[in-house]
Amino acid sequence: MKERNKLLLIVGVFLAAYFIPWGHPLIRQSGLEAFMMLQEYARQHVLTCLIPAFFIAGAISVFVSQASVLKYFGAQARKVLSYSVASVSGSVLAVCSCTVLPLFAGIYTRGAGIGPATAFLYSGPAINVLAITLTAKVLGWQMGLARAVGAILFAIITGLLMALIFRKDDAARTAGQIYVPDATSDQRTLVQDSLYLLTMVLILVFAAFARPAAGSTGLWPTIFALKWYITAVLLSILAWMIKSWFRKDERVAWVDSTWGFMKQIFPLLIGGVLVAGFLLGRPGHPALIPEEWVQSLLGGNSLWANLFASVAGALMYFATLTEIPILQGLIGAGMGKGPALALLLAGPALSLPNMVVIGSVMGVKKTATFCGIIVIMSTIAGLLYGSFAG
Amino acid sequence: MEIKVLGPGCKRCEQTEKIVREVVAESGKDAQIEKITDVMKIAGYGVLGTPAVVIDGEVKCVGKIPSAEEVKAWLEA
Repeated sequence: MKERNKLLLIVGVFLAAYFIPWGHPLIRQSGLEAFMMLQEYARQHVLTCLIPAFFIAGAISVFVSQASVLKYFGAQARKVLSYSVASVSGSVLAVCSCTVLPLFAGIYTRGAGIGPATAFLYSGPAINVLAITLTAKVLGWQMGLARAVGAILFAIITGLLMALIFRKDDAARTAGQIYVPDATSDQRTLVQDSLYLLTMVLILVFAAFARPAAGSTGLWPTIFALKWYITAVLLSILAWMIKSWFRKDERVAWVDSTWGFMKQIFPLLIGGVLVAGFLLGRPGHPALIPEEWVQSLLGGNSLWANLFASVAGALMYFATLTEIPILQGLIGAGMGKGPALALLLAGPALSLPNMVVIGSVMGVKKTATFCGIIVIMSTIAGLLYGSFAG
Repeated sequence: MEIKVLGPGCKRCEQTEKIVREVVAESGKDAQIEKITDVMKIAGYGVLGTPAVVIDGEVKCVGKIPSAEEVKAWLEA
């Protein structure tokens, strides 16, 4: 940080401390809501959802070979494969913007071209394990599923449309040598790797298993009653796998990478939860922003509400995962389910700062088209989801 | 000798630059080290994945943080 920026920051904090009427009942109520929401996250979501998800993300980044995925982005790769791999590869490759943008630029200029590159650019931030699991945990599994399915479909459609609109430019790309990350050598089979990841996903599913509605019968209450036993059994299976299938350096790399994600993401998420709590409050508890405002702008499922949500989402910058507490606050204050999905689909993939970088890679016209396609599709998806989910 | 460390400015890229600088300083070789953060220039080298290290125009590693021993070996070659 530059010295001048540090000074500006300190002056800003000072002015806020001096002039904000902290004694006003509304401000007190909002401040309390911020910490109540933080507690809700700490008690309900951190141990059973975020921690396992961090370990899964760490394992994916260390043990899934990037080279095996990236070969589908070469100039010679078959188009069908390029698009399908691009649309889901976000779950494997990208949790950090330092992978997404260079990879996008590389695929665009040297590799499979504008279609797969934009498909990857959209899917990268939108379908990582952390984002989908926390969405499902906090906002309900319907929203998590809609987000995952929507993100994959959007990636493919956006990529195809971009390739169609700009098909002339693609011919002028320079062909050249491309380098993909070095393959890591390991002695495990694909089956072992898959079982290992599957065990962790199951731990996540059972540990976070929601209490079924009172009075429901059948399988769900039984699973809920047994969930800690199942989790314990799965944990011991996982411990056995880790001990017998992995070398020491691999275990260290796994824990290191998990720790890296935690360091990077937890502070941002805590900040996001506090801001969301302060501005919007928990569901049923009003805070700084009056609920009537939210209801009039984003309530119901009108075309206007959906469009507003997707444009706002496209312009705003959400640090990893912070879109979730903010949406939780908005829904609690009266936002419709359709507009909520529209914001989730347009939000994490686009923001003003990353539009600038994308613009420097493929030019203003293509960037504007890319953003336009996403905003329009998010609005439509919001309208559809809103009319089903009510 | 011309060494380029490619990366848009994330933690892993900074760590790579640090390792390269340390090894070069230790070896006493005359080498210019440059950090490249512009994504278009990075793509110009054809690398998919950062951090990457390029020595005298030759791509040495992509998508991972090299160890000090690896960097030492590149300098000797």
